[in-house]
Amino acid sequence: MLKLAKYLKKSLGAILAIFVLLVVQAFCDLSLPSYTSDIVNVGIQQGGVQDAAPDVISKASMDSLFLFMREEDAKTVQQNYVLHENPQELGEIHGAAFQIPVYIPAQNFDREAVEPILGKAMLLSSLFGEGSAETAALQEQMTGALQLPEGMNPSQALAMMDDSARQAMLETIYENLDAAPESLITQSAVVYVKNEYASLGIDTNAMQTQYILLSGAKMLGVTLLSMASTIVTCLLAARVAASFGRDLRGRVFRKVLSFSNTEMDRFSTASLITRSTNDIQQIQLLMVMLLRILLYAPIIGIGGIFKVFRTNSSMAWIIAVAFAAILTIVLVLFGVAMPRFKKMQKLIDKLNLVTREILTGLPVIRAFGTHKHEEERFDDANTALTKTNLFVNRTMALMMPVMMLVMNLISVLIVWNGAHGIDAGTMQVGDMMAFIQYTMQIIMAFLMITMFSIMLPRASVSAHRIHEVLETQPSIHDPQQPAAFDESKKGVVEFRHVSFRYPDGEENILTDIDFTALPGQTTAIIGSTGSGKSTLVNLIPRFFDVTEGEILVDGRDIRSVSQRELRDRIGYVPQKGVLFSGTIETNLKYGDKDISDADMERAADIAQAAGFISEKEDGYQSEISQGGTNVSGGQRQRLSIARAIAGNPEIYIFDDSFSALDYQTDRALRAALKEKTGGSTVIIVAQRISTISHADQIIVLDEGKVAGIGTHQELLKTCEVYRQIGLSQMSEEELGA
Amino acid sequence: MSTQKNTSSNRSFRPRRGPGGHGPGAPMGTGEKAKNFKGTMKALLSQLGAYKIAVFLVILFAIGSAAFSIIGPKVLGNATTEIFNGLMGKLSGGAGIDFAKIGTILLTLIGLYVLSSLLSFLQGYIMSGVTQRLCFKLRKNISEKLNRLPMKYFDTRTNGEILSRTTNDIDTLGQSMNQSMTQMITSITTIIGVLIMMLSISPLMTLIAIVMLPISAFLVSIIVKHSQKYFQAQQEYLGHVNGQVEEVYAGQNIVKAFNNEENVIENFDTYNNILYKSAWKSQFLSGLMMPLMTFVGNLGYVAVAILGGALAINGTITVGNIQSFIQYVRNFTQPVQQVAQIANMLQSTAAAAERVFEFLNEEEEEQTVANPVSPEGLNGSVEFDHVRFGYNPDKIIIKDFSAKVRPGQKIAIVGPTGAGKTTMVKLLMRFYDVNSGAIRVDGHDIRDFNREDLRSMFGMVLQDTWLFHGSLMENIRYGNLNATDEEVIAAAKAAHIHHFIKTQPGGYSMELNEEANNVSQGQKQLLTIARAILADPKILILDEATSSVDTRTEVLIQKAMDALMEGRTSFIIAHRLSTIRDADLILVMKDGDIVEQGSHKDLLAKNGFYASLYNSQFEQAG
Repeated sequence: MLKLAKYLKKSLGAILAIFVLLVVQAFCDLSLPSYTSDIVNVGIQQGGVQDAAPDVISKASMDSLFLFMREEDAKTVQQNYVLHENPQELGEIHGAAFQIPVYIPAQNFDREAVEPILGKAMLLSSLFGEGSAETAALQEQMTGALQLPEGMNPSQALAMMDDSARQAMLETIYENLDAAPESLITQSAVVYVKNEYASLGIDTNAMQTQYILLSGAKMLGVTLLSMASTIVTCLLAARVAASFGRDLRGRVFRKVLSFSNTEMDRFSTASLITRSTNDIQQIQLLMVMLLRILLYAPIIGIGGIFKVFRTNSSMAWIIAVAFAAILTIVLVLFGVAMPRFKKMQKLIDKLNLVTREILTGLPVIRAFGTHKHEEERFDDANTALTKTNLFVNRTMALMMPVMMLVMNLISVLIVWNGAHGIDAGTMQVGDMMAFIQYTMQIIMAFLMITMFSIMLPRASVSAHRIHEVLETQPSIHDPQQPAAFDESKKGVVEFRHVSFRYPDGEENILTDIDFTALPGQTTAIIGSTGSGKSTLVNLIPRFFDVTEGEILVDGRDIRSVSQRELRDRIGYVPQKGVLFSGTIETNLKYGDKDISDADMERAADIAQAAGFISEKEDGYQSEISQGGTNVSGGQRQRLSIARAIAGNPEIYIFDDSFSALDYQTDRALRAALKEKTGGSTVIIVAQRISTISHADQIIVLDEGKVAGIGTHQELLKTCEVYRQIGLSQMSEEELGA
Repeated sequence: MSTQKNTSSNRSFRPRRGPGGHGPGAPMGTGEKAKNFKGTMKALLSQLGAYKIAVFLVILFAIGSAAFSIIGPKVLGNATTEIFNGLMGKLSGGAGIDFAKIGTILLTLIGLYVLSSLLSFLQGYIMSGVTQRLCFKLRKNISEKLNRLPMKYFDTRTNGEILSRTTNDIDTLGQSMNQSMTQMITSITTIIGVLIMMLSISPLMTLIAIVMLPISAFLVSIIVKHSQKYFQAQQEYLGHVNGQVEEVYAGQNIVKAFNNEENVIENFDTYNNILYKSAWKSQFLSGLMMPLMTFVGNLGYVAVAILGGALAINGTITVGNIQSFIQYVRNFTQPVQQVAQIANMLQSTAAAAERVFEFLNEEEEEQTVANPVSPEGLNGSVEFDHVRFGYNPDKIIIKDFSAKVRPGQKIAIVGPTGAGKTTMVKLLMRFYDVNSGAIRVDGHDIRDFNREDLRSMFGMVLQDTWLFHGSLMENIRYGNLNATDEEVIAAAKAAHIHHFIKTQPGGYSMELNEEANNVSQGQKQLLTIARAILADPKILILDEATSSVDTRTEVLIQKAMDALMEGRTSFIIAHRLSTIRDADLILVMKDGDIVEQGSHKDLLAKNGFYASLYNSQFEQAG
């Protein structure tokens, strides 16, 4: 996968932007829970009062609160609150104007410092003030500890005390109070503030609604930001991935076009097609996921861990437990399922093989009446596949419920542990809830990475296959300074002691081939399957390079001239008539768009194709489908011959191009070719003796070696291999005819 | 497989699907739609009828699992409330947090979660069983169907097409059915359960939550509409680009031989660019779905919170209830989104199922007749009586053909490529029926035989040597599955292949590989001849090879063929002149019809089409 990363270079900026946006998104996603809980906890439960630090408080209330503060605490509060003796000068606060002197927060207000002090003072004030039912016990407990005079309530007592006595007494109270849970303090403080607001004439209901609206707006703002960054990420990721796919496709395509037959054979056409299509598509899809999910998972995971440690690190070990549990489950499940997974592909292939064998062998199956046997064979493959499929599916069916169970058990574990922490006063209820949220986010991130790592091997196979193509250097390239052809030797093809073997082959395909093909003459090559005929002619347009010896065209070693110029001189007709989608015209003018219509028609005429072309409704404009499947095999072959003729080449190479034609067409075509292109060099590979018996020279190949060179009559007398081939096709007297 | 023809037909390109049936980047479905969604679904459901109890259990378990997961959060809420209360109690001098009670609650919770997961697993377990068994059955049906379809059917379809029904389509069907069934039940149960919970808390707030649905649906439909457009464009251009790749790679040496690289690249780049544009647009648009839905979900959340706040001020609702309500709102939007996805998945289920059912409903050829003629003791004489035939009734190719063949005679069928030489074979084997007239074997119309019996009288050796992945012994025995090893070896000796087999590693147990290319073409011919000898048919059909194998094997093949034809009525699609000249009767075919018939001498004397065909091989060119 990493091997392909270098092709991403130009998208580096976009990827960086994606990273930044993902950080923004993670930030939003992590802070969103606190905004949503604000709406419920503060907005609804606390009536819109955020905490113990009021936005306005009457002088009288503040003064009584000062009584419950230690000295240094009171100072902090005084630094942070400003007294307004003439409140009329103040504008409205929370929709109310004030008549009595009030304190409001100072300019550089330190909420963090003031909030706990005020909270405790408010708690004490309400405890010792009216004395609600719940706090009666606590009150009694404290009163006892202080040994107050009978009948006196603590507020009054404190107010009457001198400063030093009061401070001493407060120290005692605070010792108890510091252990009290923050949530309780907040709750009572909130009630205090709310009452204070009400007594100042503030409409608390309106305030609450406003708070909900405000924090709702904040929450929507965060969501909007998150949405915006997700959308932009999505846009960038889609573009990066698509352009990555496009570039890879373009590169691989160009690369494959530069390959010689050696590389084509090494990879095989089918494999190269898969690499250029499916494999790249796979990578492109993976890329989107990689940019949007895999990159995001660690960001949110780390963010979550960071948040956890900031909230309360005492339960961090639970996250480790969750990690371990999930990892174990994933590993066990995949350990069990993976071997079967691999086996599954084999079984699918097996089923495909059997089905394909049945399909291709239908006539035989019907002739031998073996369909029962075939059905059994299919059944075996089908049963094996179904069994494995069932096992894998069932194992995977276990995955989701188990994962859910683990996540749920983890949250139960957090609650149980959290309850103890809260009981011990080391943790708050809110922290615990937040902890569950963050843990789930971390676990999800981890799950995403695990899921991704399952997909990765498949994709990395694809990546590797693409990389392999891109890194392959074509074995044939142009010389740095191409030589010019020798015009005096126009059309001469010379093989000088040529041997050829495949790069990794053990034996020579061709050994010591030595002959010259002259202009105006027909050189035929014959031999049994596997004797190296096709390979021999494929050396001339440099589809392969010779291993030993040299091939000269127009008096120059073909390795010393440019491939383009070499191929311009050659009209090549392959064994199988290969056409391209388009029209008959685009196919015939394939070598050069500027071929004149007259030349095209002449070529079609020589190739015996003019007849069936004119019978077609659209003539030369008739559509040719991909691979030329909409014309018959013989027509395809004639068009591919016409294509070569249209270019008016010096040298014709017919690689067994006539065997798809019937005898009559074969003969007419050869006659026309001889007549109209008399000056060219013609090299024909053939199977049928009748096709080549009139050639000026016949080269007989046997196992890659020349078994004889001569004319038909000469070879019949001198070459045993030639006689054998002949006899397998004709009788003695016909051969001699 | 071994033959040239298959490799080309199987290359028909079909993008492989991702492991889940869809590419992960294409959550909007594959753009495939069934022509008849309702009908197909009905048919599919009736197939599921065989697993009624299992399906019932799946539904039950899915509902149970979903229900428990709805209750879960509420119980967890109880635990936190308990902690909170305990805390308050502690402050007021009480016993503090009641861990026994919390323990009980949490244990209940664990019980619920375990139960929920267990049910969910059981549900998945049973569902996998149902879908896999259904897939097994459908595949089996397809394989049996293959043997009952008329040959005509296969002429108009590529092997790749049929192959993709047994694998791709059934795979998609299994995968998507498994997922969509389960998810649909769970989602619907969740929606209903949550709805009930919400209604029980506050009908007014429920109304607000439901109002969000049409908004979501509206947004989803807009996105789907647009992204579908680009998705289809993407598929289309992916097809173009892949087509170009296929074509150019297949003809790579032609492209190079004609110096056409630049043109081809230019063309490719044009399509590749269009593909790029539609690819990122469809990807982007389908990616919009999630953030938009989240936003709408949050919008609903805020709306509910505001309303809840107002209600709380009025005192018509408790704070705790608002909290649980809000939890449910969050659980509400997710299954609604899922339902949209499932609808898509069902579409591809239906599309796959439709193709499978379509195939299974193709017309079959009848296998037996009312009073079949027994093939026992027949001599193998064949009579063509005014045979008239065309692949299409409106395009008759054999107009009026009559001939009588005595047992043991050799009949050569000759003619140029594409003249329809194999038509005669197909008629004899009753792969096709004549339009009028009759073909008789020993005086019995071949339509009066059971197909299997009729075909058992014939042996075939075709140019496309059909061998399969298996041992040489198995491949020869294919001619007669009941043959003993000795009989197989005897047949191999008669076919002059025994010696070759003995020299192979493993001898008769040597395995042919999947492409059957670990023996040469010539040996393959000999193996199929051995197979035909083993079958010991009354009538032989031979297709001579056009391409020459190496000369030594060629001689063996000739000998083996001669041995095979000994004493049997033989129809030979002939290419060798020696075979033709020795034939008792030559049928000359042109453009599908039999234009001349007679012996070599008669036909040469006639100086007609046969004569010109024969002479064309020996005339000097030019």
